[in-house]
Amino acid sequence: MIELLVRDLKLAFRAGGGVGLSIAFFLLISVLLPFGIGAQSPLLSAIAPGFLWFGALLACLLSLERLFALDWEDGTLDLLAIAPLPLEAVVLAKALAHWLTTCLPLVLAAPVLGILLNLETNGYFWILSSLFLGTPALSIIGAFGAALTVGLKRGGLLLSLLVLPLYIPTLIFGAEVARRGAIGMNVTTPLLLLMGVSFGVIAFVPFVTASVLRINLR
Amino acid sequence: MSLWRQKLNNIWRFANPVKFLAVTEKVLPSLWVCALLCLFVGLGWGFFITPDDYRQGSTVKIIFLHVPAALMAINCWILMFVASLIWFIRRHHVSALMARASAPVGILMTLIALFTGALWGQPMWGTWWAWDPRLTSFLILFLFYLGYVALWEAIENPDVAADLTSVLCLVGSVFAFLSRYAVLFWNQGLHQGATLSLDKEENIHDIFFFPLLLCMAGFVLLSVALVLYRTGTEIRARRIRLYYVNEGRGE
Repeated sequence: MIELLVRDLKLAFRAGGGVGLSIAFFLLISVLLPFGIGAQSPLLSAIAPGFLWFGALLACLLSLERLFALDWEDGTLDLLAIAPLPLEAVVLAKALAHWLTTCLPLVLAAPVLGILLNLETNGYFWILSSLFLGTPALSIIGAFGAALTVGLKRGGLLLSLLVLPLYIPTLIFGAEVARRGAIGMNVTTPLLLLMGVSFGVIAFVPFVTASVLRINLR
Repeated sequence: MSLWRQKLNNIWRFANPVKFLAVTEKVLPSLWVCALLCLFVGLGWGFFITPDDYRQGSTVKIIFLHVPAALMAINCWILMFVASLIWFIRRHHVSALMARASAPVGILMTLIALFTGALWGQPMWGTWWAWDPRLTSFLILFLFYLGYVALWEAIENPDVAADLTSVLCLVGSVFAFLSRYAVLFWNQGLHQGATLSLDKEENIHDIFFFPLLLCMAGFVLLSVALVLYRTGTEIRARRIRLYYVNEGRGE
């Protein structure tokens, strides 16, 4: 499992573009946002926590299509399926690689973009921690969507149509933590719910994803 | 006990497409007639004979479309869920096709509920749309339906499509449920509570209740008829496809 993770990480870094692309997208939409809604600081700081969550979610969505597609095309996935490593562990390793290469940079970039959007001082810690806790769920749910659409030629748009509704609970709780944290409210309840969703997803969804891959490989 | 089990086992004979088609062809005409009769009488009674509400005026009458449609929007999803489960466990093709057939009916019902709700909300709440938990949950349900239908359309191999969509339906049900409660947490409501419930003292007045019951019966019958009819169509479409495959010309 570690070898698979290392291999995926190496591939992501050496192939180039993949890692930086989602962060560039995140930066771009954060820069374009004030052009769309105006640059008044109270307005921006009111929507900053929610928008950062929303932007991170969209940026995470961008790279999902590549999660299984390359291995599917060259047959690596068939080999992985008959390898002694259970397919569930393969799914988990690939989702973890996706999280490390796509979501973790987004999590770290979010506070920096918060400066651009005039985030409240209290908000930096909470946007960082809520994204840190919530994005693993985004990666794992995304892997489920990627597994569903892996055999399709143009799965990209369909993938977002399938995955975005599944992101709703994570987004609601995560953005609520960030919003409440930014205005200095108590965050315990949404934080616990966010962790519940995240850990629940990590525990259960890889099994479903593995069975979806088995159906596709049949 | 054994008799019950026998009866229960007998259900599976409808899993045979030929048997299914033979039975539904006999049942469907009377289903259509019953559904139309219920709707005709229920809607006619509801729209023209019941009095106006003393606060809501005549807008109250949209309840005769809104409530039954909302009911069936959820029930179609439940039907999809059960049919997907049966396909997953017993692998009867009719079940998978029924799940596929009920999705568009569910979409239609969700749209009716959303539109009539907007029409009623404009004069009553002063807005077409509010981010109320119930309204939002229905919009989310609509999105789940869209994803489900899109996945069916996208995959060519029918068995793979049936498998993947049923997984999506099962996972989607869990997440739809989660979203429902997440949305409740996220925003406080404007929508009134349930108008009909068995455990509450105060329910809707009898004058509205009976035509509403008729309309609900009509919508249930109509949806069942539509789903059975569409399932039959799906079975036939698959036969045609098989025919062309065997003949070796195209598709």
